[in-house]
Amino acid sequence: MNTGRSAAGAWQGSAGGIAARVLVLGLIVAVALWAVAPLLAADNWTGVAIVAVVTAAGLFVYLTPRRLPVKYLLPTTLLVLAFQVFPVVHTMSLALTNIGDGHLGTKQDAIAAIESSSVKRQPGSAEFRLTVAEKDGDLVFLLASAGRAYTGTAGGLRPLEGATLGAGGRITAAGGYTVLTAAQASARSSEITELIVPVEGGAIRSQGLSRAYRGTATLAYDEGCDCVTGQDGVWRADEEQGRFVSDDGRALAQGWKVGVGLANLTAALTNPKINAHFLGVFGWNLVYATSVVVLTAGLGVAVALVLHHPRMRAVRAYRTLIVLPYAMPAFAMLLVWRDMFNTDFGLINRMFGLDVDWLGAPLTARLSVLLVQLWLGFPYMFLIATGALQTIPPEYLEAAQVDGATAWQRFGKVTLPLLMLALAPLLVSSFAFNFNNFNGIFLVTAGGPFPADNPTVGATDLLITYTFRLAFGQQGAQYGLASAMSIYVYLIVAVLSIIGFRRTRAFQEVGR
Amino acid sequence: MKRELLLRHLAAIAVTAFALFPILFVVSSALNPLGTLSSATLFPSGASLGNAADLLTGTAFPTWYLNSVLIAALTAVLSVAVSAVSAYAFSRFRFAGRRTGLVALLVIQAFPQFLAIVPLYVIFSVISDNWPAFGLNSIWGVILLYIGGQVGVNTWLIKGFFDTIPRELDDAMLIDGCTPTQAFRKVVLPLSAPILSISALLVFIGTINEFLIASVFLTGDDARTLAVGLFSMLADQRNANFGMFAVGTLLTAVPTVAVFQFLQRYIVHGLTAGAVKG
Repeated sequence: MNTGRSAAGAWQGSAGGIAARVLVLGLIVAVALWAVAPLLAADNWTGVAIVAVVTAAGLFVYLTPRRLPVKYLLPTTLLVLAFQVFPVVHTMSLALTNIGDGHLGTKQDAIAAIESSSVKRQPGSAEFRLTVAEKDGDLVFLLASAGRAYTGTAGGLRPLEGATLGAGGRITAAGGYTVLTAAQASARSSEITELIVPVEGGAIRSQGLSRAYRGTATLAYDEGCDCVTGQDGVWRADEEQGRFVSDDGRALAQGWKVGVGLANLTAALTNPKINAHFLGVFGWNLVYATSVVVLTAGLGVAVALVLHHPRMRAVRAYRTLIVLPYAMPAFAMLLVWRDMFNTDFGLINRMFGLDVDWLGAPLTARLSVLLVQLWLGFPYMFLIATGALQTIPPEYLEAAQVDGATAWQRFGKVTLPLLMLALAPLLVSSFAFNFNNFNGIFLVTAGGPFPADNPTVGATDLLITYTFRLAFGQQGAQYGLASAMSIYVYLIVAVLSIIGFRRTRAFQEVGR
Repeated sequence: MKRELLLRHLAAIAVTAFALFPILFVVSSALNPLGTLSSATLFPSGASLGNAADLLTGTAFPTWYLNSVLIAALTAVLSVAVSAVSAYAFSRFRFAGRRTGLVALLVIQAFPQFLAIVPLYVIFSVISDNWPAFGLNSIWGVILLYIGGQVGVNTWLIKGFFDTIPRELDDAMLIDGCTPTQAFRKVVLPLSAPILSISALLVFIGTINEFLIASVFLTGDDARTLAVGLFSMLADQRNANFGMFAVGTLLTAVPTVAVFQFLQRYIVHGLTAGAVKG
């Protein structure tokens, strides 16, 4: 940076420069005020502090007369911090926990959930007439018993004044509440079943849409022994697993989030239930990425060579048509290919009169996803190879010819090495991209076909689709383990991309 | 020699056929009067605009289209603008932390954003609570997220190109009394049109094809993108909706081809520096 110039010099800039500075000042202050208002309203002081620090930094950087490189770097820095660095760090911290279904919240949350879901109806339980109503979009139970009216929410039971009681003893209207019609109520019946109104020693739950009962909790937490007790036994808190376990090894469904150290990271390598999958998926992942690079580059270069001939006609027309797949939306074409492979309706089976479940058997499914990616990827390689061929000086080839080289020798010793020089960085970045080609697998096979005895790992799964299913699949979310997998995938890709950038010689510019 | 040319033509025709047949299938499905997958053929069996009419009137396709084009265009323009500014600092200034910053950017950008979808969801639920305009189901929030995912790699690409522009050019400007900002705007930026175009094109294509993040963060019908909307259309009724889906696919290609044509003169030149597609 040119630090030699006087600090005052920057202020002497044009009137436009000063106007720009005033504009920036106004913009920063306006955004800061807009951003801070809801945080103040919500008493979110951490948020307020972050906004204050960022605003102060922005004002300092853009108003100081000194020429700071950070003026150019601040927007990038903030974006990368918020949407790249924080997610990576947070992923790493999640990888050290058992977070997932059944382990989402704190121990307090788990105890509350265990107690309220254990509520059972006992003989002689108090009964209420139930009216389902709504307030601000949330469901409310309007409860009537022996002429008294109450409101019941997840927050508890409260007396209700000014309710109108109908003929059957049910509340028909109450100020501030919108009573749901029978049709509206039955449409939300699952929400109604899940609404539990906690009361001393138990809770009130609905039974059907017009009755509610006061049940007794069959499980209770005892602080003295740090355990949950019930008729069927005692479940002791296991702080390592983050759940309540009985002496005979049964565990309650609701647990809490605890740190598990490096267990998730080592599980991928040492746990026999997981590492067999991990290594298998990793192997196919390498085969997939390598094959895609070799196939697309091979076909792309071959076509470029075919068209690269001084007396070849209609080259421009061929080129325009061959590049067309590159212009089509990839996500949509992946779905089109999937449906062309469809057993019952697919074009391929109908055209050839076959009845093959292409995506249903491991081998054909793997060949299919490779073919699809070849189709999507080769036009790009063809474009690059065409460009590179045109930059090879014809003198090299003539010189080789004069020296008596055959056509094959000229290709192998001159053309191909020069082509590879131009293609090398692209091959590395293509490998890195396809290593994580989520769409390429997920939209075609969704990782399948799956073996009958193991629905978690499919034949075409890449690490990334396997991880995705761990986190969001039907089997119950395991965010902690999925985060650990993410870290492995990240390490592999980071190494690949560093190699890629080294090859493009961009890396050595760092030191200059 | 004649024979060799004939063979070359045969090979070129075979590859062209391979490249074209799925596209031909999409075109004929789009025109297919029945509009189902099971009745779609490789060559058009009729010419009906029924699928197009169904798509435009019966679904929220126009909204998805607008969302996708808006998201892709804004992400492309803004991420390239922000990256170009920081690339200039990395290329022309020497300051403490420059090397660290560059290496950090390289390492951090290798993390595929969608791997961190759980933490990203955490960020966006906080944003939703405070600034709903940028939260879940808002295309503005997703644009910010996409930009954040693209600036790292774009800064590197653009910086590499800036490094090839002789410093003597901006030095001459500075000697003549310009500020570095003026040198950047009047000399470096105009000379960098190729890399800026390529970066913008690659971001545009990458963004319009992005499926995973959009499917998690944009679920409301008003906020969906083409990728999410068209996917859900096939998920509902794979056979019956295929004709509409084919029309949607062809219409989705239009903005990509338009941007491609617009920036074409730089394509072959700059593509070697760029990424890939899938």
